[in-house]
Amino acid sequence: MLEFRKVEKSFPGVRALKGVDFQVGRGEIIGLVGENGAGKSTLMKVLYGSYQHDGGEILIDGKATRFANPRAAMIAGIGMVFQEQSLLPNLSVMENIFLGFETQFSRFGVIDWKKMAAAARRQLDKVHLDIDPKVITARLSFAQRQMVELAKVLTLEERVDGQLVILLDEPTSVLSMDETQLLFKLIRELRSRASFIFVSHRLDEVIEIADRIYVMKDGEVVATMASAGAQVEQIQQKMVGRDISVEYYREDKQLPRSQEVLVELQGLCSTGHYDDISFKLHRGEVLSLVGVEGSGGEAILRSLFGLAQPTSGSLRIKGKPVAGHSAARAVASGMGYIPRERKIEGIVDGMSVFENITLSQLGKYSRAGVLRVGAEKVTAAQWMARLAIKAPSVHANAGKLSGGNQQKVVIAKWRSGGSDIILLDHPTRGVDIGAKEGIYEVIREMCADGCGVVIMADTLEEAIGLSHTILVLKDKRIRHRFDCTPGSKPLPFDLVHQMT
Amino acid sequence: MTSTVSSYDILWKWSPAIVLAALVAFFTIINPNFLSLANFARMSIAATPALLVALGVTFIIIMGSIDLSMEGIVSTTAVVFGWLFLALGGRLAEGWAWVALPAAILTGAVFGYVNGLVHVKLSIPSFMSSLAMGFVGTGIAVLMTSGERIRIEDDVFRALLLERFFGFPLMAYVGLAAVLLAWFIQRKTTLGRNFYAVGGGEHLAHASGLNVRRVRVLGFTLAGMFYAAAALLAVARLGIAEANTGSNYMFVSITSVVVGGTTLLGGSGGVWNTVAGVLIVNVISNGMVVAGLPRYLQDGVLGLLVIIAVVLSTDRKSISFVK
Repeated sequence: MLEFRKVEKSFPGVRALKGVDFQVGRGEIIGLVGENGAGKSTLMKVLYGSYQHDGGEILIDGKATRFANPRAAMIAGIGMVFQEQSLLPNLSVMENIFLGFETQFSRFGVIDWKKMAAAARRQLDKVHLDIDPKVITARLSFAQRQMVELAKVLTLEERVDGQLVILLDEPTSVLSMDETQLLFKLIRELRSRASFIFVSHRLDEVIEIADRIYVMKDGEVVATMASAGAQVEQIQQKMVGRDISVEYYREDKQLPRSQEVLVELQGLCSTGHYDDISFKLHRGEVLSLVGVEGSGGEAILRSLFGLAQPTSGSLRIKGKPVAGHSAARAVASGMGYIPRERKIEGIVDGMSVFENITLSQLGKYSRAGVLRVGAEKVTAAQWMARLAIKAPSVHANAGKLSGGNQQKVVIAKWRSGGSDIILLDHPTRGVDIGAKEGIYEVIREMCADGCGVVIMADTLEEAIGLSHTILVLKDKRIRHRFDCTPGSKPLPFDLVHQMT
Repeated sequence: MTSTVSSYDILWKWSPAIVLAALVAFFTIINPNFLSLANFARMSIAATPALLVALGVTFIIIMGSIDLSMEGIVSTTAVVFGWLFLALGGRLAEGWAWVALPAAILTGAVFGYVNGLVHVKLSIPSFMSSLAMGFVGTGIAVLMTSGERIRIEDDVFRALLLERFFGFPLMAYVGLAAVLLAWFIQRKTTLGRNFYAVGGGEHLAHASGLNVRRVRVLGFTLAGMFYAAAALLAVARLGIAEANTGSNYMFVSITSVVVGGTTLLGGSGGVWNTVAGVLIVNVISNGMVVAGLPRYLQDGVLGLLVIIAVVLSTDRKSISFVK
């Protein structure tokens, strides 16, 4: 019912889509995979009317179409569930569901709220979400919001005559396993009414849910396959165009940790976030916190870095008890924090690479408040070379670099300042496979240098591959501790078993 | 994804200077007397106090905040200076009257410090806290003078206006020195770098271990000192310190900063943008006088100018809606 024929899209200097052929049948679930920058997002945006294609044609039920904007696409029955959730947190659920389409409930501009609430409840029923449509969206969990997004898209059913095509952009990234299964169940239920395009980095999920899988690389579809019988390794190979060894975490390169304790937590509690957390981090150790979303890992990292205060328990950094922790003190005691949302807490967009690298230790590069810019640039250039940061120069705007390189700039910021306790929150999220390997290499190098690393990994395999110790969190407590040195690695199944 | 400096970026960087050159050419064609040393010297006298105020508020705007307290701070520091100067003898070259100069700067610093504390400690948006502090400042100045004028007739102090080198009054050189100082702070000090970091991403600056609150308070303190220096030049220019000394600096200074290309969103722009902005605003004001435009039209033209400048300096593709 939906077909792309030799669709082209170029931006200044980049050919983002190079003659893409793409088909979605009635009621079909299509998996769309590829590394970052392979063209998935561009394809989605063209389909959704955010971009207009500049070659080839898009056919819906055999008719050539072109969407001037997302609203036109919506009217034609194409709905998008965004990765970065598009609900307004300050509005109620029902206002969000019918945002932009309120006129059906209004007379002379006055909205009949009861009518809207009833209609919203019907939409929420479709996704089996039992919440009051009048509740403010900010009160919902991420999983609930994702369901509301889907309910919002499903309002197209009532407005559009033909079949729907629903685009799901990384819908499971904020969901726990149970919630993911719930979403999949829902998608299967809804396929009588809609086709789905499912974009995800999690290949096992794609294989599970999709009927057919399109693999993109460098703006082209490089493979199309039925998901029955498809293997993760086979898809990965198509995505990168080369073999990735199963052992690409290079467990053999993992060095043993030392006995020196860097950080020690004893019975640390923060009401509502985590409870009774005790562990020791040693020099040269990678310690993973593993658990479903909201099980407390992120809150523990924020407390370690002084961004949030624990309510009770003790924290010792390098043997010294810490009271009245703050981010400034954490930095002074050698901690570095690499948050998940790089754009918000990772790098300053608009500042250059060298300014970002020296941001946390300007005191070291200044005398009586006057900066020694030359020394800053020398340090920055050294770290750019050491971490293989791809940027035109130390003066380049850090905001314009790719995700993987931004991540390396943040790492350079902490390491160049002599930080030896590194807290990493999903360092490889949204980073493509090639760049991931680079980041793993950097983590191993940090350990060899005597740093201690606390990591919240993006996947279980990543946690297992990199760590010396894995702490599985469940319901905001440590559920199990795995010793994870080479030769005695647990299986992902063992971890999942403790998590759920 | 590499970033290269395109010719568009270069054009953008130099656009305030290009606009300035075009304006000078335009007014010279209308009235050849515009391009004369005497006229430029006259402009520098009008522009220098406003320049210092604008330099101060530049740092605040780079941080993504706004400061509307300048009129109050200029008035208060002018009155404090005038009162102390006369109380200590009224002659700069004799006795202790010179103490009034650093005392005025200190008054500005204290005022800016309190301004910053009110903003940061009480979590009041900067436009509101600074506006309120500005009124407090004007109030103090009225209280101290009971509405009277304080006359400063010491010719050593007035030399700022009356003594000329190469046709320009001494105060123009003081302004130049202030520009270099501000540029040094922006470019070469930790504090200056921190202003950009806070303006570019406050959460991030915090997560990098920066004491964001302290940076903000210091920013307002620094701005207060520049306002105080502006007050001294304003007093030297008219020979009078009064509760009215600070009038009209708010609009002119913020207009200049924005016209120079420093965006109100914070994180970009800088001292040289402000210098260009002050010159553009003054060339237009002066040019309108030279061209014989009625006084009542001139404010309207400046208002239009601000709107045009904001429209041009905002990347409206990246922010689709503003509040």
